[in-house]
Amino acid sequence: MADEVILLDFWPSMFGMRTRIALEEKNVKFDYREQDLWNKSPILLEMNPVHKKIPVLIHNGKPVCESLIQVEYIDEVWPSKNPLLPSDPYQRAQAKFWGDFIDKKVYASARLIWGAKGEEQEAGKKEFIEILKTLESELGDKIYFGGETFGYVDIALIGFYSWFEAYDKFGNFSIEAECPKLIAWAKRCVERESVAKSLPDSNKIVEFVPVLKKHIGIE
Amino acid sequence: MAERSEDSEEVKLLGMWASPFSRRIEIALTLKGVPYEFSEQDITNKSDLLLRLNPVYKMIPVLVHNGKPISESLVILEYIDDTWRNNPILPQDPSERAMARFWAKLIDQQICVAAMKVAGTIGEERDAAVEETRNLLMFLEKELVGKDFFGGQSLGLVDIVATLVAFWLIRTEDLLGVKVVPVEKFPEIHRWVKNLSGNDVIKKCIPPEDEHLEYIRARMDKLNIKSA
Repeated sequence: MADEVILLDFWPSMFGMRTRIALEEKNVKFDYREQDLWNKSPILLEMNPVHKKIPVLIHNGKPVCESLIQVEYIDEVWPSKNPLLPSDPYQRAQAKFWGDFIDKKVYASARLIWGAKGEEQEAGKKEFIEILKTLESELGDKIYFGGETFGYVDIALIGFYSWFEAYDKFGNFSIEAECPKLIAWAKRCVERESVAKSLPDSNKIVEFVPVLKKHIGIE
Repeated sequence: MAERSEDSEEVKLLGMWASPFSRRIEIALTLKGVPYEFSEQDITNKSDLLLRLNPVYKMIPVLVHNGKPISESLVILEYIDDTWRNNPILPQDPSERAMARFWAKLIDQQICVAAMKVAGTIGEERDAAVEETRNLLMFLEKELVGKDFFGGQSLGLVDIVATLVAFWLIRTEDLLGVKVVPVEKFPEIHRWVKNLSGNDVIKKCIPPEDEHLEYIRARMDKLNIKSA
């Protein structure tokens, strides 16, 4: 039976980007369906009744929700090409620890950079840089987070890179000046075809942020 | 019985007896028959060992296996399942594995947060938090229809993680003076709590009720949490 793979997604989503990259890494063909987040489609509500959020991966009719769970699912279903998680249990646990760290920390502080003002914005910027520095020290001198090969933690983080230009602009600071090694890592990642294909143009994100602010009623 | 020869293994758990996150690691290790050394931590005065082994969050539980530390309870549970393959806690099928991970995450990141809000608020705010907790629990209620455990016939990842609901949230109801999980609304969850309570591994690994309630009462007083 041919696999039917559908991805409910929204182009600027750094979470959706993870799933796109994982599918590309595995060379899995998928039907990308752009969603309108302000007018949720029946299929989104049916497939993710708990959170009603993108991305949703639908494989042969069965939904998988939450982007990092999707990446792991993709790795389990299509194990042979480009393994994304290490096979050693300890290395796997480390990768999951950092993936979870990125999930818990990066988005919340990043959102304050463009979505808050004054002290709250400054606190967001400061925390964001601290988090990136923690990640930078975990990266160390490695090529990718997992070492020599591109994998799970790289996928968890790289989507945010397409927003960095917007963070710089709206936060009036320079992420590269603070975290040069992390930017060098990001530049290595975007050389990969899977990443280049899955990340939107940074300029488009810069243009999208004011639209987003208007939609959620800030500014 | 663990698969590997036990004398070559050194398994140590830095935990805290009343913590649901620490207890879930004990459940998984006991289920797998892995002997471990338990090191009770004072969470109000963190040890150098804890700070060194979990520098990012500085929190229990930390599992140390042959000198290597692992933090975050959901990560530890999967590590245990990957390392000792007997009595698996995750299903084999990738789609079912993804669902188990989804429910585990929902319990930790949303149900737990909503339930803490019930404890930390009063009046209308508390009513709203109770409602939010119940709305989330209703998804678990539906998952349990026709099953002994979330894992089916035997304990699985979601059961282990959801002990937080069975033995922390429900035990605290009387102290809070509010039935967050009334049996009329959640018959499946209450049936499941009975199944859990009769399980030998669970019996061995949950805090004794009287001491536990005493501890929760003292903490509520200290944090100035009011009953309704």
